[in-house]
Amino acid sequence: MRHEISILIIGLFVVLSTASVTAGILSMRAPKPLSATLVNLTQRINAWWVMVALMTVAFFFGRYGMTILFALISFAALREFVTLTHSRRSDHWVLLGMFGIVIPFQYWLVWTAWYGLFVIFIPVYCFLLMPAITALHGDTERFLERVSAQQWAIMISVYCVSHVPALLTLNVPGFEGRNLLLVAFLIIVVQGSDVLQYIFGKLFGKHRFSPNVSPSKTWEGLIGGLVASSLLGALLSFITPFSPLQASVVAFVACTMGFLGGLVASAIKRDQGVKDWGHLIEGHGGMLDRTDSLVFAAPIFFHIVRYFWTV
Amino acid sequence: MSRLALRTFTLLQTATSVGLSALAWAVTGVRPIWSGSQPSDRQRIYFANHTSHGDFILLSACLSEKERAITHAVAAAEYWGKSRLRRFIAEDMLSSVLISRQWTSPEENPISVMLSVLDQGHSLIIFPEGTRNMSDELLPFRSGLYNLSMARPDVELIPCWIENMSRVLPKGQFLPVPLLCRVVFGAPVAVAPGEERRAFLERARAALLALNPRPDRDN
Repeated sequence: MRHEISILIIGLFVVLSTASVTAGILSMRAPKPLSATLVNLTQRINAWWVMVALMTVAFFFGRYGMTILFALISFAALREFVTLTHSRRSDHWVLLGMFGIVIPFQYWLVWTAWYGLFVIFIPVYCFLLMPAITALHGDTERFLERVSAQQWAIMISVYCVSHVPALLTLNVPGFEGRNLLLVAFLIIVVQGSDVLQYIFGKLFGKHRFSPNVSPSKTWEGLIGGLVASSLLGALLSFITPFSPLQASVVAFVACTMGFLGGLVASAIKRDQGVKDWGHLIEGHGGMLDRTDSLVFAAPIFFHIVRYFWTV
Repeated sequence: MSRLALRTFTLLQTATSVGLSALAWAVTGVRPIWSGSQPSDRQRIYFANHTSHGDFILLSACLSEKERAITHAVAAAEYWGKSRLRRFIAEDMLSSVLISRQWTSPEENPISVMLSVLDQGHSLIIFPEGTRNMSDELLPFRSGLYNLSMARPDVELIPCWIENMSRVLPKGQFLPVPLLCRVVFGAPVAVAPGEERRAFLERARAALLALNPRPDRDN
């Protein structure tokens, strides 16, 4: 596995260096003051350096690193989601429970690989008990809106995100001890697809995909990004239990889900009247702006691998 | 006070202020939005909406360390002076200024207490609603803001909208929910020549309300 990880790190280093050099040359040649797009591009690339460095560190700590990193990502995402949506004073204990009980417990289930409870804890137990607590408080003002926002908050930020480290608990015959590479595959392919869609969109984008929801998404960006990231998936098949063809199909499905995740996240932001979820990552917005695609891709990817490749 | 005691005392205050600002940032990721005024070390009265004990901690976390050292929150003596522990926290650790709602002797007069702090060149944080607000509307302002401004017209009055604190740490709760908060600092408000007390207080209140970045949300 060390061999594959070295290749991935060198590959990412080369890609990011190329990006930084390209952005540097573009900025040098461009008329001053720099356009907002160019400033934003440089910020985004710089943030990528930091994110890749953090992921790499977490990788070296293996299962500990991944579980803790994604628990923190869930925390940041949940905080952005709850901040954005409506809640009332009477929701205080439920909100506290989401941060103080739901996140630690869900990640403890990931850690102990208790699959049976991991898949139902949030969609069954939290789904039923949280509105019950809200009802017991007796405050019915905008009740359905409040409990729905809470459900969405933990489904998106905790349940879906926790499927990334849960990949480490899958038992794929012939792939023992190498599950970290599945995590790397998912993240590289899905985040790579975001970047590729952005590049194809900026270079060739003409026809808007959904002007009402997300004006920046174009058909050209979508198709170019999906084709390129499927190829990227095939290219990375050497780190997975998949054949190149299987890897490209899995990558295609994951990236399509990722695209839909971005679309749903845009719809929520638009509905709440904001452009970004937060300000955590310079140039990108909040944690959820960066992870919205991963959120939708992770559970599907998890279950595809679990259904077709595990015993 | 001996010099040693005085030094321990300042050390305690500095440590508390640095510690609380770090805590405020860790829990709420608080960010200042300067919309109409700029950070400055000139003498100011910051006035803000009040829903939570965390309000002034959040506000002072947005100031520079230098400003924070000379900025005191004004708090109710009826609450913070109730026990020796509370008084110790409020006065010695948080260096806040306690004023009495039911004052009797002239030296307890809230306005003269606050003016004496201003006369040392220090700044104040006041909550003109007078109490932690449990309702969804900003309460009418007490007169203090007007009286202070009339007495010291050269001190800037800066409206500060504290976002989300009512959800982070509502009145009566002691565990904070780690939601993201912002503090919006607006343009200074001053009493216009010949402006009446009521009219000014209403205008100052409107100036504060106008800073709410999400008026549909909460106060």
